[in-house]
Amino acid sequence: MNDKKWIIAGIVVFLAIFAFPFWYNMGKAAPAPEVKLTEKAKAAKQCVMPTEYMRAEHMQLLDVWRHNVVRNAEREFVNTEGKTFNMSLSNTCMDCHANKADFCDKCHDYASVDPYCWDCHLDRSKENE
Amino acid sequence: MERTRRNILKLFGITALGVSAKPVLNAFAKEQGHPAEPQIRKGEKALKAKQWAMVIDTRQFHSAHDLDPIIEACHHAHNVPAFENKNHEIKWIWDEKYHHAFPNKTTKFLNESVEHRPFLVLCNHCENPPCCRACPTKATFKRESDGIVLMDFHRCIGCRFCMAACPYGSRSFNFRDPRPGIAEQNDQFPTRMKGVVEKCNFCAERLAVGELPYCVKASNGAIKVGDLYDPDSEVRQLLKENYTIRRKQALGTEPSVYYIV
Repeated sequence: MNDKKWIIAGIVVFLAIFAFPFWYNMGKAAPAPEVKLTEKAKAAKQCVMPTEYMRAEHMQLLDVWRHNVVRNAEREFVNTEGKTFNMSLSNTCMDCHANKADFCDKCHDYASVDPYCWDCHLDRSKENE
Repeated sequence: MERTRRNILKLFGITALGVSAKPVLNAFAKEQGHPAEPQIRKGEKALKAKQWAMVIDTRQFHSAHDLDPIIEACHHAHNVPAFENKNHEIKWIWDEKYHHAFPNKTTKFLNESVEHRPFLVLCNHCENPPCCRACPTKATFKRESDGIVLMDFHRCIGCRFCMAACPYGSRSFNFRDPRPGIAEQNDQFPTRMKGVVEKCNFCAERLAVGELPYCVKASNGAIKVGDLYDPDSEVRQLLKENYTIRRKQALGTEPSVYYIV
């Protein structure tokens, strides 16, 4: 058991290298992004559903919209407040949130997700630039 | 508690009361004004049919020039790209010669006016569509509610089985990103992406808001659409009064596009 010091030193070096990403990046975490709302979105006060719901579940909502529009020809969404919306990403969502770079992309980049909505659906904010 | 018949019956009675109280309490809780669930529905103005059909009066078209505004209206509205390379061509509705459109209905010395007449061809929205049977992902499907053969571009994997299955060549494949080929984008309608198949959608997005397809609107009355199974519909009147033909009828696909010749 004369190798005790070597073993301990080895373990310390191993842990230091193993934990390198953690201590190297300590305190450097990017702050959670603040999304910017357009004037139109601010004026509307609430999206099709409450903000908390939209923040957490907008992808599920869009999935339901997609299914019902494409498969069932059902294009009208009536929310809990009785307001009616046309279920369309480009024509309803992006009409209000006409700032894709400051609204959609900010969070998607932060969360490292790459949705392919805009491969087909037109980003109407481009024409406003 | 002593286990007597009397006590056990009491216990049963109390349990039954508890079980039956639950639905009653639930019913009361519901009336307390919980927010209603959001609803998804069809628009009030949406046009309905059991099976949409189209009748094209080809006698009103004399040269390919007459078809241009119709094709242009459709292709512009649906962001259909135009590429010079024929291999990359995307078509929703296009002009075809009689002997290509109706290869099994040609004769040796065909009537000249018919032979030189341009024929508008598009997806036939078959009642028995072979493309839907070929699709491994159900990306293309026959819509139960109105018989339109539609594409779900989200689900298309670009295998092109549907193109092989379609006897009318109604489907085109995006071999490249279509966006550079679109001269003027209509931002009300999505484009497609590289690697998906596309075709005519019978203007499902217009029927949903109570309007007729773009080709009908641009045709000056030469194209009519309506419900094939409504005996009083406009298309049924036209079919009753005129001799009509369909493309490759012998294949049994039951095309829903009829041509008056």
